Amino acid sequence: MTPLLDVRDLTKRYGARIGCADVSFTLYPGEVLGIVGESGSGKSTLLNCLAGHQPPDGGSVIFDTRTEGPRDVLGMPEPERRMLGRTDWAFVHQNARDGLRMRISAGGNVGERLMAVGARHYGDIRERSIDWLDRVEIAADRVDDRPAAFSGGMQQRLQIARNLVTGPRLIFMDEPTGGLDVSVQARLLDMIRGLVRRMGLSAIVVTHDLAVVRLLADRLMVMKDGHVIESGLTDQVLDDPQAPYTQLLVSSVLQV
Amino acid sequence: MIQVDTLSKSFTLHNQGGSVIPVLSGASFSVARGECVALTGESGAGKSTVMRILYGNYIAQGGSVRIDDVILTEAEPRAVLALRRETLGYVSQFLRVVPRVPTLEVVAEPLLSLGMPEAAAFERARELLTRLRIPQTLWSLSPSTFSGGEQQRVNIARGFAHRYPVLLLDEPTASLDPLNRETVLELIEEAKAGGVAIVGIFHDTGTRDRVADREIDVSAFAPARP
Repeated sequence: MTPLLDVRDLTKRYGARIGCADVSFTLYPGEVLGIVGESGSGKSTLLNCLAGHQPPDGGSVIFDTRTEGPRDVLGMPEPERRMLGRTDWAFVHQNARDGLRMRISAGGNVGERLMAVGARHYGDIRERSIDWLDRVEIAADRVDDRPAAFSGGMQQRLQIARNLVTGPRLIFMDEPTGGLDVSVQARLLDMIRGLVRRMGLSAIVVTHDLAVVRLLADRLMVMKDGHVIESGLTDQVLDDPQAPYTQLLVSSVLQV
Repeated sequence: MIQVDTLSKSFTLHNQGGSVIPVLSGASFSVARGECVALTGESGAGKSTVMRILYGNYIAQGGSVRIDDVILTEAEPRAVLALRRETLGYVSQFLRVVPRVPTLEVVAEPLLSLGMPEAAAFERARELLTRLRIPQTLWSLSPSTFSGGEQQRVNIARGFAHRYPVLLLDEPTASLDPLNRETVLELIEEAKAGGVAIVGIFHDTGTRDRVADREIDVSAFAPARP
């Protein structure tokens, strides 16, 4: 099977400091990869380099495109990469405000992504928007409200609907449950899991929450100081961590 | 179906002065189709460690484990996941579930992840829940609030939903009443008759005597203490 994403020696420096260094991994269709590490470990830098939000200093990111097969994303012309960002890729930001347009309605937020890929029929767009709002458990009577009037959990679900409406194959998530109440987190995690399974999505989830990766991720990478220090099956890394830092991380989780 | 060869395992506690705790050394055994092997040995002898290595949950320091035609100890995470999806089932002592997910879905999930249509998967889940006497009124609720015995039966239903060719059972009858224990024993016997290779930890000698064909004393794999 061809990997959906093949990352080799990805490196990003900020002057003399290392953002992330020599990161390599492959992601296959339907797989969910978790990336954990403390603040400043380079996990968000890595995600942003992968998604094309930041230019890395070295390495390659090969994505298996729908029409042309494996292509080096970093070497793509900017318009082509932006198109990829609107079609095959999705990016869920930690802060829903970064991923939503706060001044247009919820339905408009979802519909805009559809229009960006060429949908023009107003009735269709509205219908598909409402369908997606329903899938993320936002009532149809809220479709004309602006996201500013939504709770944090609803905004996050709206962001997911906006991202998934175009049927992407790879979704990047940066702390998708950060800053939400635990009850809202559980609901969101359950929803993401269901969507990933039903749509056969691949996902890369960055978080510092080990409980989130245990529930969502098949595989796990642990980062420290810009380097991947341990990787493997999620339950194996969490239950039998090998690296000193991973052992510290796992043993530091508070028990409920 | 299961082939374990000179397996060794130790834990290195880096944050406690780097102390090394050896648990297993030179463990070798095999389990054939339709055979049930009970792991024995006192508490702390390493029974659960062996089970976890067989499931790919713990990393072995040496030796090899082969399950069906996959060498687990060398396999890529992706191959281990595929093995767990299709071949290797594990009924752990405790149920770990996503909050909010209804019991029926918890049980059907292994089948859904294999691509079985929802109707058929839920039908199989209902059949097992009925057999294990989980009242129908509970099926739409998350098992996280259930009693210990109910959670264990949900866990067993989930473990038996797909007919895995290899099953690992960690204390499957520990907190069950006699009637439900009998049902679980029947499920194990049916699995054996269907050619499933089973490795189990059964503290209850009555259970062990009835389903196990052979016992392996894990304390024989204890490393020589200095």
